[in-house]
Amino acid sequence: MTTLTDTAFTALQLLTQLDPVLWSIVGRSLWVSVLATAIACSLGVILGAWLGVARFVGRDGLLTVLNTLLALPSVVVGLLVYLLLSRTGPLGYLGWLFSLKAMVLAQAVLVLPVVTALTRQCVEDAERSHGEQLQSLGAQPWLRSVLLAWDERYALLTVLIAAFGRAISEVGAVMVVGGNIEGFTRVMTTAIALETSKGDLPLALALGFVLMSVVLLLNVCISALRRWRQRIDGSGVDPVQGMLV
Amino acid sequence: MSAVLSLKEVSVQFGAYRALHGVNLQMHLNERVALVGANGCGKSTLLRLAHGLLKASSGQVSVAPQVTQSMVFQRPHMLRTSVLRFVVCGMWLQGTPWRTAHERAMQALARVGLQDLAERSARTLSGGQQQRLALARAWALQPNFVLLDEPTSSLDPHAKREVERLMADWIATDGVSLMFSSHNLGQVKRLATRVIYLEAGRVLADLPVDEFFNRPLGDSHPEAYLFLKGELG
Repeated sequence: MTTLTDTAFTALQLLTQLDPVLWSIVGRSLWVSVLATAIACSLGVILGAWLGVARFVGRDGLLTVLNTLLALPSVVVGLLVYLLLSRTGPLGYLGWLFSLKAMVLAQAVLVLPVVTALTRQCVEDAERSHGEQLQSLGAQPWLRSVLLAWDERYALLTVLIAAFGRAISEVGAVMVVGGNIEGFTRVMTTAIALETSKGDLPLALALGFVLMSVVLLLNVCISALRRWRQRIDGSGVDPVQGMLV
Repeated sequence: MSAVLSLKEVSVQFGAYRALHGVNLQMHLNERVALVGANGCGKSTLLRLAHGLLKASSGQVSVAPQVTQSMVFQRPHMLRTSVLRFVVCGMWLQGTPWRTAHERAMQALARVGLQDLAERSARTLSGGQQQRLALARAWALQPNFVLLDEPTSSLDPHAKREVERLMADWIATDGVSLMFSSHNLGQVKRLATRVIYLEAGRVLADLPVDEFFNRPLGDSHPEAYLFLKGELG
């Protein structure tokens, strides 16, 4: 108990004294995850919205693959990206391995199926409920997908937050492709794993606090967003939130 | 008189379920056709077919080239935008430039009495106001053939009366052709010139409105007669 209390106290000191090592790790983590989420959302929302409206041969098979990818282990993503970026891999010429770019790529790959699948579900529900009304106004599938995605934009913001939560809290992929190099590719999750194994519990715990705070902040954002939506247009139903819970 | 809509031996099938079966129908300019019948008899399917939202499994559907259609649904979906933009968006989808659509959209809102709510979120409107907004959007598209799927069935009596008044006003001023489904026989009497009675996807009666309500149908159209008496099923 004493060890736990002492560790927590030291961790708080590191946080409040703005320990440069700790906060550089936090900054790097946020940068990598924000960029990966932005890339994944840019592609995933477009792809998901299109899948929500388009009907074509093989769609069911594609959705099965997509839903399977939701459970993709992050270390497997790390391994695949590693193979792509390794010197003998197809993207080896980029020289990205053990860099932040590789970590961004790995997290984007990890988060892309989440964004695509949740967006697809959200837009497909909207299409089922009122796509016909847009169709009656002459909106073709691609335009319907854009309009429905826009109409469900608050639910999609929840998707974005969920995607960021998935990105920032994963450890396997960034460990494999980033290498956890101090001052260069070390992020919160990889640092927690390393410092715990080294026995430097205060730094690990302080990073844990920050990580938990980020996740807590995300949940606060989701709640605030939902309350704001209810106030603006009186609708409280959020299909994506329902899926996340 | 030229036909604006023509259906020849049209059937619509959803898997094993046949929603429409061998329907023959011709509708002419300025006609106001009411579709009546029990739930699931094919009214909505027929409206969607006429509007091009569904394809016939067999038979032929033809709409005259001069026809411009607009459809109002039972529960209009309110886009997450303002009342004005809701109308403007509909016009934009039909090819009107966004900027030039505003004036006509405001006229449409004034026509249904929603001009003062133009900047309000469409989703905060009451059910009756939402249906009036849907009518405004349909009117703004300047159609000459309007299809309405049970436009007043989910409204309270006051809102029902208001929406029906707007429909009557539209008919009187613009002379549009109308096809609507309804369970409200009083409304059918007031708005329609012709009644089509459907049962299990088949047209069992297709009569001028006076004949449908005033002629003894017991012998010629027994199912329609029972429906009118409220004794069907």
